[in-house]
Amino acid sequence: MKRGVARPPALRDPWWLALPLILVALAFAALFLLLPLVAVFGYAFEKGWDVFVTAIGDPDAREAIRLTVQVAAISVPANLVFGIAAAWLVTRFEFRGKGLLVSLIDLPFAVSPVIAGLVYVLLFGLHGWLGEWLAERDIHVIFALPGIVLATVFVTFPIVARELIPLMQAQGDEEEQAARTLGASGFTMFWRVTLPKIGWGLLYGVILCNARAMGEFGAVSVVSGHIRGLTNTMPLHVEILYNEYQSTAAFAVAALLALLALVTLVLKHAIGWRIARTTSDESSTEARP
Amino acid sequence: MRIRLRNSWLAVLLAASTSAIAADVTLLNVSYDPTRELYRDVNAAFAAQWKQQSGDTLTIRQSHGGSGKQARSVIDGLQADVVTLALSYDIDGLHENGNLVPADWQKRLPDNSAPYTSTIVFLVRKGNPKQLKDWNDLVRDGVGVITPNPKTSGGARWNYLAAWAYARRTLGSDDAARDFVTKLYRNVPVLDTGARGATTTFVERGQGDVLLAWENEALLAVREIGKDRFEIVVPSLSILAEPPVSVVDKVVDKRGTRAVAESYLRFLYTPQGQELAAKHHYRPRDRSVAEKYAADFPALTLVTVDEAFGGWHRAHQTHFADGASFDRIYVPGR
Repeated sequence: MKRGVARPPALRDPWWLALPLILVALAFAALFLLLPLVAVFGYAFEKGWDVFVTAIGDPDAREAIRLTVQVAAISVPANLVFGIAAAWLVTRFEFRGKGLLVSLIDLPFAVSPVIAGLVYVLLFGLHGWLGEWLAERDIHVIFALPGIVLATVFVTFPIVARELIPLMQAQGDEEEQAARTLGASGFTMFWRVTLPKIGWGLLYGVILCNARAMGEFGAVSVVSGHIRGLTNTMPLHVEILYNEYQSTAAFAVAALLALLALVTLVLKHAIGWRIARTTSDESSTEARP
Repeated sequence: MRIRLRNSWLAVLLAASTSAIAADVTLLNVSYDPTRELYRDVNAAFAAQWKQQSGDTLTIRQSHGGSGKQARSVIDGLQADVVTLALSYDIDGLHENGNLVPADWQKRLPDNSAPYTSTIVFLVRKGNPKQLKDWNDLVRDGVGVITPNPKTSGGARWNYLAAWAYARRTLGSDDAARDFVTKLYRNVPVLDTGARGATTTFVERGQGDVLLAWENEALLAVREIGKDRFEIVVPSLSILAEPPVSVVDKVVDKRGTRAVAESYLRFLYTPQGQELAAKHHYRPRDRSVAEKYAADFPALTLVTVDEAFGGWHRAHQTHFADGASFDRIYVPGR
């Protein structure tokens, strides 16, 4: 829909239909989204700033935060590279089995995270396919950092690619072709033409990917082994604290995660707005929401 | 982090070969859910003692979760030096899958390798408004009993067996016991899947008049949630739970941590370790410590699963397998 252009009266919804729908939507958002968010921060600061700081400063909590950042720092770049490669392949080339590849990219969205974790246990566990071989060489995959990274990469696999594919399809490859005919090398073309074109969409995907990587619970829970101060990520640490009747500390760490979600939301909106503006400047192509 | 870990393992190996040099040693204790607070204190106390004894700096890491799930993780390769679980059945699993411990693991330490015990008690609302004193009060009309589903919860099986053992002792036969337990489960408004869920149903949602719970969990709940809201009732007879401990032979032999892991478990039997167990609401084995804390742990008749039900395998077959006693007793919505 184009902004600023009023629709003719015949196409407008009657107020008695629009008003209740708007109210229901707002009430829903307030009840199921806003209220829990307020509750998280409310509980976190219930006993004051000092308790909050102590909870975050606890050695196990600090280690959980460090591990979470470390896991995101490895899995997000990995998925960034994969996402660009996959989107490039899918939008610029025609080949057999392309449909299959696109479906495979979506697989992690379709399967339960618990399965995602169990798959790696079956592969790398002591009784898994590679278990013996790894044990003989004293290499630890599951119940250690590599396993947590693998599970996170699996779950966040489609996010960047899913952002880029529609964008690159809409943009077409005329500029790239022009660059090649003017004698640019493949790398120059990618760096000077493609990357600036997809830049904002890429950033959008990376932010979503990061949010999911830091927040993932199910898959990580299966492969973590729950060793405190070693293999517990922030979401796992929240659960542990809650089960130990340390509600305030649990919500303090949860508030930190929620804060990340809020930052993500703001960034996402800013970038979404940027993309909408650049694409509507360049062409009449429908902007991404 | 991996690198740091690898280094510390190297240090352990070095210490094992040269043993005169002080080193950094790490142990991993894989345990079940309610022992978190207990082992936090035990680890600090033992690390201090070990430092004095050997000069090594010992870091003990903890992993907690449902007992069966934790055993599964160790079978799948979680590098536990010691396991401290809820049921001997779970440690038997470590022997059956991958021979991580020998078959006779339970004979290696005193008291069936269980340094502390616990039992099933009643948690009731303040003032005990329905006057629930013993198991036979739970089958009265209009009493709401909260207990999880024995099909899915380990704790719930102890509850079920405790009620059964009481009924058989007082009424004389298994048939009478079946009737008794059937009546009791008719008073259960909702079967949660786990012990923590049942506690929430009773404590937060205010359902039921009595919660069947572990003594240590009930004492902890009273302490954490408030003495003014709940109180504990100890029945005349209940079941003796013996949560066992063991070193994981395959892991300690590979990592060279057998000596420290074994001392760690033996520490649990020392007066100091027994004091800590008692402080965290587990019944100590040590006589003198038990006398000291007698006020916390009222005397009652305790029966073991081995004497009353012929061991866990038999109990499972008779009561909890598909089509066994429990399936015939409990018909939802009746």
